[in-house]
Amino acid sequence: MKAINRRQAFALGGGFVMLTLMPMAADAQVTNDAAKWIEKFTGGKAPVKGKISLDLPEIAENGNTVPLSLSVESPMTEQAYVKEVMILADGNPNAGVATLMFTPLSGKAEASIRIRLAATQNVVAIAKMSDGSLFTEQKTVKVTIGGCGG
Amino acid sequence: MADKPRIKLPKEAAKGDVIQIKTLVSHVMESGQRKDAQGKAIPRKIINKFACEFNGKPLFACALEPAISANPYIQFNAKVDEAGTFKFSWTDDDGTVITAEEKIALKA
Amino acid sequence: MTSRYVGLFAVAAAAIVLTGAGISAQEAERKGIPAPPGHVFKTIISGYEFRSKETRALQDDDLENPGFLAVERAADAWKKVEGSEGKSCASCHGEAETTMKGVGAAMPKWDDRLKKPVNLEQRINICRTEKMKAEPWAFKSQALTDMTAFVRFQSRGMPVAVKTDGPMSPWFERGKQIYYTRVGQLDLACASCHERNNGKFMRADFLSQGQTNGFPTYRLRDQRLVPLHERFEGCMFDVRAEPYKPLSDEFLALEVYVAWRGIGLPVETPSVRN
Repeated sequence: MKAINRRQAFALGGGFVMLTLMPMAADAQVTNDAAKWIEKFTGGKAPVKGKISLDLPEIAENGNTVPLSLSVESPMTEQAYVKEVMILADGNPNAGVATLMFTPLSGKAEASIRIRLAATQNVVAIAKMSDGSLFTEQKTVKVTIGGCGG
Repeated sequence: MADKPRIKLPKEAAKGDVIQIKTLVSHVMESGQRKDAQGKAIPRKIINKFACEFNGKPLFACALEPAISANPYIQFNAKVDEAGTFKFSWTDDDGTVITAEEKIALKA
Repeated sequence: MTSRYVGLFAVAAAAIVLTGAGISAQEAERKGIPAPPGHVFKTIISGYEFRSKETRALQDDDLENPGFLAVERAADAWKKVEGSEGKSCASCHGEAETTMKGVGAAMPKWDDRLKKPVNLEQRINICRTEKMKAEPWAFKSQALTDMTAFVRFQSRGMPVAVKTDGPMSPWFERGKQIYYTRVGQLDLACASCHERNNGKFMRADFLSQGQTNGFPTYRLRDQRLVPLHERFEGCMFDVRAEPYKPLSDEFLALEVYVAWRGIGLPVETPSVRN
């Protein structure tokens, strides 16, 4: 994704640097198009925190392949089910990661995928229920950059 | 890209069971963010949609962006109320579609 | 390169910085096998044990492990007739599940006719050119790496059992010499990281013993299967040395020697690594 970084980093640093975990989460200034995605998905309505359980490693061994599992509390019946879950990464070049579409046939609103994270950042999930209500959850994932596997 | 997708689900289930389905398909998921050795951008080429239907009815789908890892792995669930056929499809940016089918029986 | 990294690197120590603090708990959890007498390690530990629980989980499930995409591709290629002799791998070797069992665990192996050890990639290409009269596969090509993984996979769980005596011993010694020779602008030998500092962080990388029992391995970094000599090349590149060529005598000797350093470890191909 950012294959040039390491070599450029070498040139700048003039050698190895201990860079085990970069505490970049705090500054997480959102520079990508996350807001646009959220606006389009929610229609401007603010989602409420809750109902979603989002499972991501605290520290990703490699940002190219980060396992993500999520589940949303719902009876998953014709009357009440999770319609869609949008997943965004606020520090990637593009915020979009995936939009999952469930049906009552899904039985459970659960899914696992593997995602790419370009740097330490927040992963955000927003669920849209069949009654139009919106829920959200987010997790910070630290991405190690700069090793032999970088 | 004609590799067979890998799919795992039980051969049979009791009526009303919620089963887990695991899928893995071979694809480079070129993000469009990378450059080649000459510094030219490598054009985006990804699987942008995955869909699963059961006996013709939509069950689960997923719109995918370049932030999905190569060789996309997608795991989800299905409530089985009748015997039937799952149809899976992965749609490439270039319009090609990889498809697969799996059957499930009801436990007697 | 975003500018926010620049400051970090500017204050960086010029030389290698290795930290070992706070990993003793993890160390205790890493399982290995007792090394035979006279071995360099007391305990031989697979690279699997040095990886995060998420990475290990990817390897543990044969459906989720993306390395199996390669194994399955090669299972089809095994039966595919190629070359002017009208043969496939299966024409001579039948069912790989039985005929290839143990083969990959014992590689590289002495070849009496060539008077040198050959590894699995070379053996596959010898079959292709001499028996099938087909074009050899290029190193690093998907086809060759797939087939290498497929054949190695038939030894999964079997102990690495490379022979290093007799005619192999000069190759073993050459490999050992390469292993301990500092190279490149960073002046590091294989041993600098993988013998003296395994279990510690070097920058963001958690160093393993550099074992080969999982190769070809699905690297998260590359998101594809990587053959051993490509990893050797990568290591040399990382220490800013001029790498030897894949399948060169130097890398063959190193493969023989490093296989011995992991003697007895179960073959894990296709493994998943960082």
